Amino acid sequence: MIASLANVAPHPGTAAQGSAIVSVRNIKKTYPGGVEALSGITLDFPEGQLTTLLGPSGCGKTTLLKIIAGLLPATSGEVLVGGRTVTGPGPERSFVFQDFALMPWASVLRNVAFGLELRGVRKSEREAIAVGHIAKVGLKGFEYKYPHELSGGMRQRVGLARALAVDSAVIMMDEPFSAVDEQTRRKFQEDLLGLIANEKKTFLFVTHSIEEAVYVSDRIVLLSRRPSRVSTIIEPKLDRSGDPEGIRRDPAYLDAVEGIWQSLKKYLD
Amino acid sequence: MPVAATNDFTEPAVAPVASSTSLRQIASHPLTLRFVSFGLLLVAWEYAGRIPISVAFPTFLETMRGLLDMAGDGSLLKAFLITLKPLIAGLMISIALGVGLGLLMGLSRFSEWLLGPIFIIAQAAPLAALIPVLTFAYGIGLTAKIMTVCIMAMPVIVMNTLSAVRNTPVSLVEMGRAFLGTRSQIITRIILPAASPMIFAGLRLGAAAAFIGIVLAELLITPTGIGDLISYHQSVADYPKMYASIFSIIVFSVLFIECLERVETVLFRPEKHAS
Ligand SMILES: Nc1ncnc2c1ncn2[C@@H]1O[C@H](COP(=O)(O)OP(=O)(O)O)[C@@H](O)[C@H]1O
Ligand SMILES: [Mg+2]
Repeated sequence: MIASLANVAPHPGTAAQGSAIVSVRNIKKTYPGGVEALSGITLDFPEGQLTTLLGPSGCGKTTLLKIIAGLLPATSGEVLVGGRTVTGPGPERSFVFQDFALMPWASVLRNVAFGLELRGVRKSEREAIAVGHIAKVGLKGFEYKYPHELSGGMRQRVGLARALAVDSAVIMMDEPFSAVDEQTRRKFQEDLLGLIANEKKTFLFVTHSIEEAVYVSDRIVLLSRRPSRVSTIIEPKLDRSGDPEGIRRDPAYLDAVEGIWQSLKKYLD
Repeated sequence: MPVAATNDFTEPAVAPVASSTSLRQIASHPLTLRFVSFGLLLVAWEYAGRIPISVAFPTFLETMRGLLDMAGDGSLLKAFLITLKPLIAGLMISIALGVGLGLLMGLSRFSEWLLGPIFIIAQAAPLAALIPVLTFAYGIGLTAKIMTVCIMAMPVIVMNTLSAVRNTPVSLVEMGRAFLGTRSQIITRIILPAASPMIFAGLRLGAAAAFIGIVLAELLITPTGIGDLISYHQSVADYPKMYASIFSIIVFSVLFIECLERVETVLFRPEKHAS
């Protein structure tokens, strides 16, 4: 990819904590064939926060995330990352895929180290880094297993470790838990909160589950039905310092879930 | 190879299990079924030869005696060496060119538009009918035989490689782009390994077609190698040796194709050892 070489890493001096590291400016996307997925999205993603795109299935969440990732061209509008226009994928962004996108012929270790492998990092060095991230996502001891030997939840942990391993400032996650069963999903959500607290990165998270959005997010962007626009932005102020189970009983959590449900309801008729 | 992790998957067979369970393991092993069905076929052959269904149909044991004779006097080895030359040459050319063209067509719509129709027709047409034309164009030497192998083997290799490349999961390629892979990295580290099972399926079919091609060429163009052994022993009515020659080339081609499968697993799909 020649385009990706043009994308420069964020310049640390200019972006203060809380200011927008990713800015989406009037993005429109019409797929060839005439499906209008996004009709003018303008959004800021504050640095160091987890912002969730929440909306009904088919409203264009994946489309927006892939445009930000530089994997899909927008029809019009622009995306700025660290103040620079996105023309393709870049080292300051990494992606966690809905369907995991693991290479079945590669061990967990090679999958996690793959981003570094593509960047030409020496084998011993990248494997040392990967081993650390494998442990961080709770897969210590599974380094030499292959994806088909792992459960869905474990596979997505590999996907997350791969995104962490390249040490990008922004991590994008497209419905990372949608292919994972309910129990695993709750455990994973709790672990994710711990990881986020330690990582000091900006997360862009996509989900269609209200509970999941409220549980993990600092900010929630509600998208309307296709062609999609930003309808509301909600900032659930939850106390995440206590035990992760407690959050689900926190009145603020329950209020936020109810509030979002009320605003989404009007799109249902 | 991640030896440490695969140990617990490969070792149980060695453990001192009770004899009844190990018997059951042997019975359920996929190889056992193959040997049993192969064995039944040989018994049926022996029986049919003893009826006999035709004077020109030897029993299995007579055929094996013929095989040992030919192996002993060196004529079998000599014939194989002659047959293998155009076979291997033709197969190498078909694999290199076929996989190359298939990749090219899989990666570029223009080259598919340009070349696709030729191979679609070639795959469907009874190309053995072209052997007289090849003889006319290239004479009766090695070239015509190599060409025969190529026209038989190449189309299926090309078409399988093309659809293998087309079937690479979109999200894996997207993953490669997201993690800043260059075009050539994405081709060699994602598309090729993802396509390798289907490419190798094409190679196995191509190799089988190549064996058909070489035997046809050796019977139709000029009798050499195994084709010569078959037609010579037929002409002197030494049917056990004639069948032994046919038997040997069939066994050889089956083993050859089996080997291709091993090569694939070792080179591209390490996860198949692990499970
Ligand atoms: N490659 C494509 N070609 C045409 N339409 C598409 C394509 N990808 C997605 N769409 C359409 O765009 C809309 C938004 O899709 P998507 O972004 O995947 O939604 P979400 O992720 O919110 O479920 C859907 O209606 C979908 O059918
Ligand atoms: Mg989606």
